[in-house]
Amino acid sequence: MYGRALAPLALATAAASAVAFGLIFFYAPLDADQGFIQKIFYLHVPMAIVALLGFLAGGVMAAMHLRTRDRVWDMRSYVAIHLSIILGLGVLVTGSIWAKASWGHWWVWDEPMLVSFLIVFLLYAVYQPLRFSIDDPGRQARYASVFAIAGAAFTVLNFIAVRMAAAYTHPRVFSQTGGNMPADMFITFLVSLGAMALLFATLWTLELASKNAAERLRRVRRRLEREAEHTEPGERLTRPAPIRPAPAPR
Amino acid sequence: MPALPLETAGTYVAAAYVVFLALVVIYVAIIGRKVGRLERELSELDELTRDRER
Repeated sequence: MYGRALAPLALATAAASAVAFGLIFFYAPLDADQGFIQKIFYLHVPMAIVALLGFLAGGVMAAMHLRTRDRVWDMRSYVAIHLSIILGLGVLVTGSIWAKASWGHWWVWDEPMLVSFLIVFLLYAVYQPLRFSIDDPGRQARYASVFAIAGAAFTVLNFIAVRMAAAYTHPRVFSQTGGNMPADMFITFLVSLGAMALLFATLWTLELASKNAAERLRRVRRRLEREAEHTEPGERLTRPAPIRPAPAPR
Repeated sequence: MPALPLETAGTYVAAAYVVFLALVVIYVAIIGRKVGRLERELSELDELTRDRER
């Protein structure tokens, strides 16, 4: 089901990543203010955007699960959130490295963008323990879906609140007047964003293919075990009674 | 803060990209391990069904 899309997606990701790396290091000009350190921007910002979109996608898929009661949507939502948490960790670490290089500190607590992203990350860090603390699969999927929808709504509200915040030291990539950078930097950024989105799609498909295969294998194993339980006593019942020698006449 | 010299900036940039690559590699390795486990389970089932057919 997912395996068929995997090869073309992986190839597209490899090609887009190669183009993105080429553009980042050989085409995009050095930033006049930050110099070479600004190259982190082409990794950090696409990763943050894709992670946040992944959380939103997880919420939408969770809503689909509650609407249709189809477990497939729950699994899709789970994998999207799981991947976004991993990307979120990458965003926090690369952001800290960039902050240390350009601001002289690993972390700045009065920066709304950083703190709000940390809050979103910590919120979703609770998702997995919550999910796996529930044994019943149906309840687990329902509770996780409700959490995913609430989390997605919180992510959107959080993003809007940060955009509206007056104090601002974090650079903006997009504003109402367009990209805040020269065209060659903007093209490089868009290609990096596309490559990151493709990487997310590939890893999402890969994990879903693996989970889907595991689930089907489990079903086959259960069916075989059930068949083994049912056929053995049945065979004993239908098997002809052993022939015993007739008692000798007295 | 003034722009860092290329050698220092290069270390930070390399560190950021290495962190990203490490995350992707670890993730793929974990999925790879799971696929390996699936393969083992599949061969077990295969043997089981072959034994029954005999």
